[in-house]
Amino acid sequence: MVVNGSGLNTVVLVKQVPDTYSERGLRTSDGALDRDAADAVLDEINERAVEAALQLREAHGGTVTVLTMGPPRAAEAIRKALSMGADAAVHLADDGLAGSDAVGTARALAAAVRSVGEVDLVLAGNEASDGRSAAVPAMVADVLDLPALTHAREIVVEGAEVTVRRETDDGVVVLRAELPAVVSVHEKINEPRYPSFKGIMAAKKKKVTALTPADLGLDPATLGAAGALTRVTAATPKPPKAAGDKLVDDGDGGARVAAFLAAQKLI
Amino acid sequence: MAEVLVLVEQVDGELRRSTLELLTAARVLGEPSAVVVGAPGTAAVLVDALREHGAEKIYVAEGDAGGIGADFLTPEVGVLAALVERVDPAAVLVATSADGKEIAGRVALRTGSAWLNDVVAVAPGGSGDGSVQATHAVFGGAWTAQAEALSAHPVVTLRPGSVEPVPAEGAGVEETVDLPAGGRRATVVAREPAPAGERPELGEATVVVAGGRGVGSAERFAVVEELADELGAAVGASRAAVDSGYYPHQFQVGQTGRTVSPQLYVALGISGAIQHRAGMQTSKTIVAVNKDPDAPIFEIADLGVVGDLFTVAPALREEIAKRRS
Repeated sequence: MVVNGSGLNTVVLVKQVPDTYSERGLRTSDGALDRDAADAVLDEINERAVEAALQLREAHGGTVTVLTMGPPRAAEAIRKALSMGADAAVHLADDGLAGSDAVGTARALAAAVRSVGEVDLVLAGNEASDGRSAAVPAMVADVLDLPALTHAREIVVEGAEVTVRRETDDGVVVLRAELPAVVSVHEKINEPRYPSFKGIMAAKKKKVTALTPADLGLDPATLGAAGALTRVTAATPKPPKAAGDKLVDDGDGGARVAAFLAAQKLI
Repeated sequence: MAEVLVLVEQVDGELRRSTLELLTAARVLGEPSAVVVGAPGTAAVLVDALREHGAEKIYVAEGDAGGIGADFLTPEVGVLAALVERVDPAAVLVATSADGKEIAGRVALRTGSAWLNDVVAVAPGGSGDGSVQATHAVFGGAWTAQAEALSAHPVVTLRPGSVEPVPAEGAGVEETVDLPAGGRRATVVAREPAPAGERPELGEATVVVAGGRGVGSAERFAVVEELADELGAAVGASRAAVDSGYYPHQFQVGQTGRTVSPQLYVALGISGAIQHRAGMQTSKTIVAVNKDPDAPIFEIADLGVVGDLFTVAPALREEIAKRRS
């Protein structure tokens, strides 16, 4: 604990997601995100969460452990975080976890955080670019009965207290809580560092603990698609929008757009 | 008929439009019960408006909530979770927002309920056993998905602007309920609400004028703003423009920004990468101006103009002003 002088022990929740620069779709068979169709990367927001953890470690000492729940290839996301400088990792993997909803995900992540031991701070991205429920960090906090300070544009740890500048479309709220606490970071909190060559080499020797839901005593019936409380009954792609007229501006472009808008009764 | 709990949001004593939308949507599933959580006196000024929008019951939880020094969001979560256990509602409706999603997810977790997140429509389930089904617009509307709740009292976050508010008479019987105590909480130290701009809110605007990398600088974004103001539109920006520092982040439209679906979307100097298209491709009519005749934005534009936005946009603005006068 920070309070007893051994530094700040942080767990960072990370996730591998389809690259937002590639085309994404749903599987028509079950309406799930088609994760095989797109390139997978460490979600950008997670890199910012890792960066925030590393900066706090530089200021207060302690350790940074990354935690991910996902299929074997999520190991790539772990390696990236370790290359950036995280100390160790936990990889919760099991076929039974696929298709977990936000509640199942929060319960599994919370159990995995508990397994890490003495934790002062749980950091996460505020919103994954694939799921976008933007509530999992607060839900993890709920399971662990910890304060949730979300969408942090700034994080200040002083003694046993954390203060966060929470920024959303609705404005800014400054929040304060006693540690331990859960904090999710806003995408403008920092610019994540690039892994150095030394970091990449060092990452290969860092400890990655493999966990299964059984190790954590989780009930398989509450996990994955089997435990999900919502079911997608139909998923249909919208027919692609056809291109309309294209004209080259010869000085009358503005007038022709206005005529088009008037014809559509838009002005 | 079963109750449907609706979390009330207000600004300076006025109901938010999204709350009226929730009260309207709730009537499809059962009898709307408004839930007001806030500082003492919050409910009194809202009661009439809630009754005029169909609230049959109004649960009032007032005390140390909503203000400086109060716990953050956990009062709302606690009140809703306690009511779910007590009245076994058909559903719990909350507006989609950063706060709304956090509240909804935590209520679902505590009450063992399904969470139908960011839906654009709700309806009773096909089996007629009180289940709830919802429609999601996914990837900026490129996909539509139907989902069904597999639990009692599902929690639903409804996207603002999805439902047209319809007034209805409601009895609006008030009942005081307790604010929950305890637990380890985050408290509010200060609040700075987002300044209400002159322009319509990006997510709710019927017309959006957006600028991209082609605008070239923060100063030159004035050309985008001037056209937007002539059209009474909100201003948007592509990620490239935001990353280059031309326009503030909260106006970013795209996969990693806001998703908009206005009647008219005018894209100025935006190439139309998938990143951007995912946030605006369900717009009813799309007009694009770009120098590059091969820009992908033209593939989805109803009208494309290959040309310089710095001549086309001002000319368009003048032409609209002329037609108006």
